[in-house]
Amino acid sequence: MAEIKESFFSADGLEKRLAGKKFWKTMMTEYWIPKDINFLWAMGVVLATTFAILIVSGIFLLMYYKPDTALAFDSVNYTIMQEVAYGWLFRHMHGVAASVIFLIIYIHMFTGIYYGSYKKGREMIWLSGMLLFVTFSAEGFSGYMLPWGQMSYWAAAVITNLFAGGSLEAWGLVEWIRGGFAVNDATLTRFFMLHVFLLPLVIIKLIVVHFYTLRIPHVNNQSSEDIDYDAEAEKYLAGNKKESKVIPFWPVFLSKDFAVLGIFLIFYFYLVFFNYNFAMDPVNFDPANSMKTPAHIYPEWYFLWSYETLRGPFFDMFGLKAGDIGLMIFGFAQAAFLIIPFIDRDPDILPAHKRPRFFIWFWIMIIDLLVLTVYGKLPPTGANAWVGFYATAVFLLLFASMPFVTKADAKARGAL
Amino acid sequence: MSNKTNRRDFLGMSFAAVAAVGGAASLVGMKQAWDPLPSVLAAGFTTVDLANIDLMPGKPQIFSWRGKPVFILLKTAEMEKFDGDLVIGDNRYTVNIGLCTHLGCIPAWKKDGWKCACHGGSFNANGQQTFGPPPKPLVVPPFSLEGTVLTLGQEGKESKAMIAARA
Repeated sequence: MAEIKESFFSADGLEKRLAGKKFWKTMMTEYWIPKDINFLWAMGVVLATTFAILIVSGIFLLMYYKPDTALAFDSVNYTIMQEVAYGWLFRHMHGVAASVIFLIIYIHMFTGIYYGSYKKGREMIWLSGMLLFVTFSAEGFSGYMLPWGQMSYWAAAVITNLFAGGSLEAWGLVEWIRGGFAVNDATLTRFFMLHVFLLPLVIIKLIVVHFYTLRIPHVNNQSSEDIDYDAEAEKYLAGNKKESKVIPFWPVFLSKDFAVLGIFLIFYFYLVFFNYNFAMDPVNFDPANSMKTPAHIYPEWYFLWSYETLRGPFFDMFGLKAGDIGLMIFGFAQAAFLIIPFIDRDPDILPAHKRPRFFIWFWIMIIDLLVLTVYGKLPPTGANAWVGFYATAVFLLLFASMPFVTKADAKARGAL
Repeated sequence: MSNKTNRRDFLGMSFAAVAAVGGAASLVGMKQAWDPLPSVLAAGFTTVDLANIDLMPGKPQIFSWRGKPVFILLKTAEMEKFDGDLVIGDNRYTVNIGLCTHLGCIPAWKKDGWKCACHGGSFNANGQQTFGPPPKPLVVPPFSLEGTVLTLGQEGKESKAMIAARA
């Protein structure tokens, strides 16, 4: 370390010690973003902002919430909702943001799939992003338990039961996770800890990793063009802003982001004030009762598609029990999108509309996920059970066919 | 030179060994902190006197045991006789933990069997699965019988016989 003579109490001295200007340049004013992007590239900043809203509203809820089975329900539905000034607002902001953040995560994810932003140098971005998705799912699940209503309790019972592994009957593992024979006070308190401390900590670290993995390969663009960032940056810095294909992250790119963010926040606060009910299931306003299952148990909308793969196979096949098959598919569905970079055999990065077969694959995937989502909410009887079965089969076939679909596109283009 | 390298290697391996033992010991401790507490394990017995509960034939009652619902059904004369039935005099009973063996929802009684609302699984009056994803019959809780008094949580020959018949 070079000795620094400038006073600690001077701007110059601080700059010498921390090199803030250099850091700001690297992270902001000389972090280059392609010009050829659209509003879908703003989802990262939208997500970061929504996460910040969740943290702030969560802090206010935390000051009155009581993680005890005897007190939890009233601390939410009486104390926070009726006594605490603006308690209702913080709860609705938290609930709606938790729901909406999954909508944005899905848009963010499928933007990446559409434009091929997960491959050939960008695998780490994709993997860290998918880990964030899994951790956010755990965060959403653990948070849903806290109001200790009927849906909280039974979602907790059903999901912790998954860890018995069907016919493996690992009940010791389930009782360990719950800290008892059934979902109980110990379960509520430990999931409270996960929700307000451990999982947010992991999420924050993963966000840092996600940003870091993006900094070196740079963000993809609409035509998936391979940009020479050094050359384009030089043009921009020399004043040829029009010819340059890039813009700095700050202030140019973020000003675009803030415009999209503004529209998003209007939509979000519209939901918070006028349509919060979609995130507040009426069943969860009955206190938890271990002796009575609600007539129909379903997860929040963002888990419905994977939940439907769980119950899709409703009869025994291949010498396996229906429930075990469902559990295997469900397990696969959680991690399925992680493997996309490794089963895409097209050597080029191109948007889906330039990969005709993949384009069809992509839209079948979207439609299939929508079908799974809709039928995941319906009772699994009669024709519904069959729709669920076939939609689950299509989901698996899509992953099985991806290597061949992507290879066929590359061959037709002459790239292979 | 090689002398020095060996010393470094030894230090490195010693450090790794100490860290591994310490890490493993901490994991065991952390694992045990999440185990069910002794008080939870101890509060595991519930008694039901079948003579005193006004059980109507064909209409099961629900009792709470270890935070789980237990169904006790007095079978009607029309219901099929089953080896696993708990027989007291002329009465035949079915005893189940009332949690679907698929994912643990509580099935509801519908006329002659249990139906689960979560994923559509069905069980007959013997507690055996008849439709849907449940991989096995409803679980029989460990219980023992003295006269007409059931003690849930205490394994007896009656519950063993019922479990054996269902498997």
